Amino acid sequence: MKLLPKFLTSAALAVGLAMPAFAQDPFKVGFIYVGTPGDYGWTYEHDQARLAVEATYGDAVETVYLESVPEGADAERSITQMILGGADMIFTTSFGYGEATNAVAARFPDVYFEHATGYMREHANVSTYNARFYEGRAVLGHIAGQMTESNIIGYIGSYPIPEVIQGINSAFLHARAVNPDVEFRVVWAYTWFDPAIEADAAQALIDAGADVIMQHTDSTAPQTVAQEAGIISFGQASDMIQFAPRPRVASIIDNWAPYYIRRVGEAMNGTWTQSDIWEGMPEGMVVIGELTEAIPAEVRASAQEMIDALKAGTYHPFTGPINKQDGSPWLAAGEVADDGTLLGMNFYVEGITGDIPN
Amino acid sequence: MIVDPVTLMVALITVATPVLLAAIGELVVEKAGVLNLGVEGMMIMGAVCGFVVAHHSGSAAVGFAAGMAGGAALAMLFAVLTQLLMANQVASGLALTLFGLGLAALIGVGYGGRDLPAVYRPFPEVWHDIAVIGPIVFSHSALVYVALLLVVAVWLVLTRTRIGLVLRAVGENHDAAHALGYKVVRIRIAAILFGGACAGLGGAFLSVVRVQNWLEGMTAGAGWIALALVVFAAWKPWRVLLGAWLFGGIAALQLRLQAAEVGVPVALLDASPYLITIIVLVIISSDRSRAALNAPAMLGRIFHTSG
Repeated sequence: MKLLPKFLTSAALAVGLAMPAFAQDPFKVGFIYVGTPGDYGWTYEHDQARLAVEATYGDAVETVYLESVPEGADAERSITQMILGGADMIFTTSFGYGEATNAVAARFPDVYFEHATGYMREHANVSTYNARFYEGRAVLGHIAGQMTESNIIGYIGSYPIPEVIQGINSAFLHARAVNPDVEFRVVWAYTWFDPAIEADAAQALIDAGADVIMQHTDSTAPQTVAQEAGIISFGQASDMIQFAPRPRVASIIDNWAPYYIRRVGEAMNGTWTQSDIWEGMPEGMVVIGELTEAIPAEVRASAQEMIDALKAGTYHPFTGPINKQDGSPWLAAGEVADDGTLLGMNFYVEGITGDIPN
Repeated sequence: MIVDPVTLMVALITVATPVLLAAIGELVVEKAGVLNLGVEGMMIMGAVCGFVVAHHSGSAAVGFAAGMAGGAALAMLFAVLTQLLMANQVASGLALTLFGLGLAALIGVGYGGRDLPAVYRPFPEVWHDIAVIGPIVFSHSALVYVALLLVVAVWLVLTRTRIGLVLRAVGENHDAAHALGYKVVRIRIAAILFGGACAGLGGAFLSVVRVQNWLEGMTAGAGWIALALVVFAAWKPWRVLLGAWLFGGIAALQLRLQAAEVGVPVALLDASPYLITIIVLVIISSDRSRAALNAPAMLGRIFHTSG
């Protein structure tokens, strides 16, 4: 039942997108959003990058977007509609659009496709791009581990997929490194965007004793709950600076703009080639937002050191020795995790007490 | 204790309130023989109007009134379509949801993240610290108590008053009610407006009290749960309350079980409100006499004065 209104809404929006072509025929770039730019999180940042593309190329480009497109069969129809409306390039900005993106790409070989956080590149005109969010999570874990007093950190997960599990593991390892008593409690919301459920999940974690909330969902609802409870939280996907200096003491910002500008430029001048990039803090795709005064000065200083090391590429958040949750060794001392393992990460590291749901 | 029952009860009551408000309104609408599937749209209109007005006026109460007005305004559109223009109720209701979602998004542009006035909690702060009953009974915002009073009021009016009798008569047999001289269309319009105001109030609770922010699409299906709840409750006000707490309880409990690291099949728990509704539907429709007692006989039927 929940799907129906979304389905029809996006259908209605898609009709409105079929605009007449302009005389000089600008390069048309379409964006498929899983939420709304008004989420002040994930989709907001993609929309900021879209606006940056417009600002960079001016009249040479035209952008369109469709918001709240459900992941699944409906996405395929929405993308197709956008191309029939004249789009020359499509950014699909959520993991769940993978199959739809590739299915449409097969039918429109002259259109460029960019799929965020995906891995499927079945056709030469499909590229994937992703950010190493786990690098930012390391910094947040480092701060959280030192600021918690109850030693319980609450973590709101969206879906148990590798990208989210990387974040949990990275945050946990760096919280444990500075606080051997710290424990994580993970609640899966099974949604990227549902403010009410995200708020309830935050409250459930606080009721379970958490005094730090980390989130891997898209809305600011957990920030509001954290504020009311007088605990701390971290901005996710976007800066969420409106909640600074407390509860939001730092944030992970997804900075897609440089990549979008680069790729649109390449597509326009014909140098675009298929690629699969996974960039992080060194390239500036993942940025840590302002560390506020609410963080003790010495913690802020050590966090800044970690940020500098990550940016310089001299430190990898998954550097051994690290054991898996069941105690079996994963990385030997000094060994660094390879990307293949990270991209398929389906296990917790040693010390996390919960289980990953199937 | 794996899950603290006191905080669970507090969360359950908060989670249940928006759905409870919307469902008790829809119950009155359906009792009058009208099926309005636009609850989701009316809720989100209430959410955006409540938030915007609360932000500008600096008063949560004024925001709630605006939320009711927003929901009722959308309901008025439905009333005109279905009662005066005799449009199909199912199609009009679905259209109302789509229209409401779009219009609310338009109204709410730029309002996300704006500040809100504090909500009024009627009981003194010291009462909140009383063991067990303090948090459960006294810690809520005023609207939670209003919602409970509304359930009592709807039950009293429907079963104990002449107005309730007339409303039910219209819902059970509009031709007979018309023959007796009751204004079927006017009574139904009044019921639809009441339902819209309740749904709007539920939406305003969501944006002003529970999430304290305006986010597009923030009702995320709550209106559909409210519709399921009315069926689940077999059109009885008390059972709407029970059902809202049950549905809210499941939602609040599953998150707490996860936080306590108890392995629970989350998907099954999330689906359980809908599963229970289907089971209840099967049970009430398995016995013709019982079904006839519960569902209003004229539900969704169009009334023509010539008929």
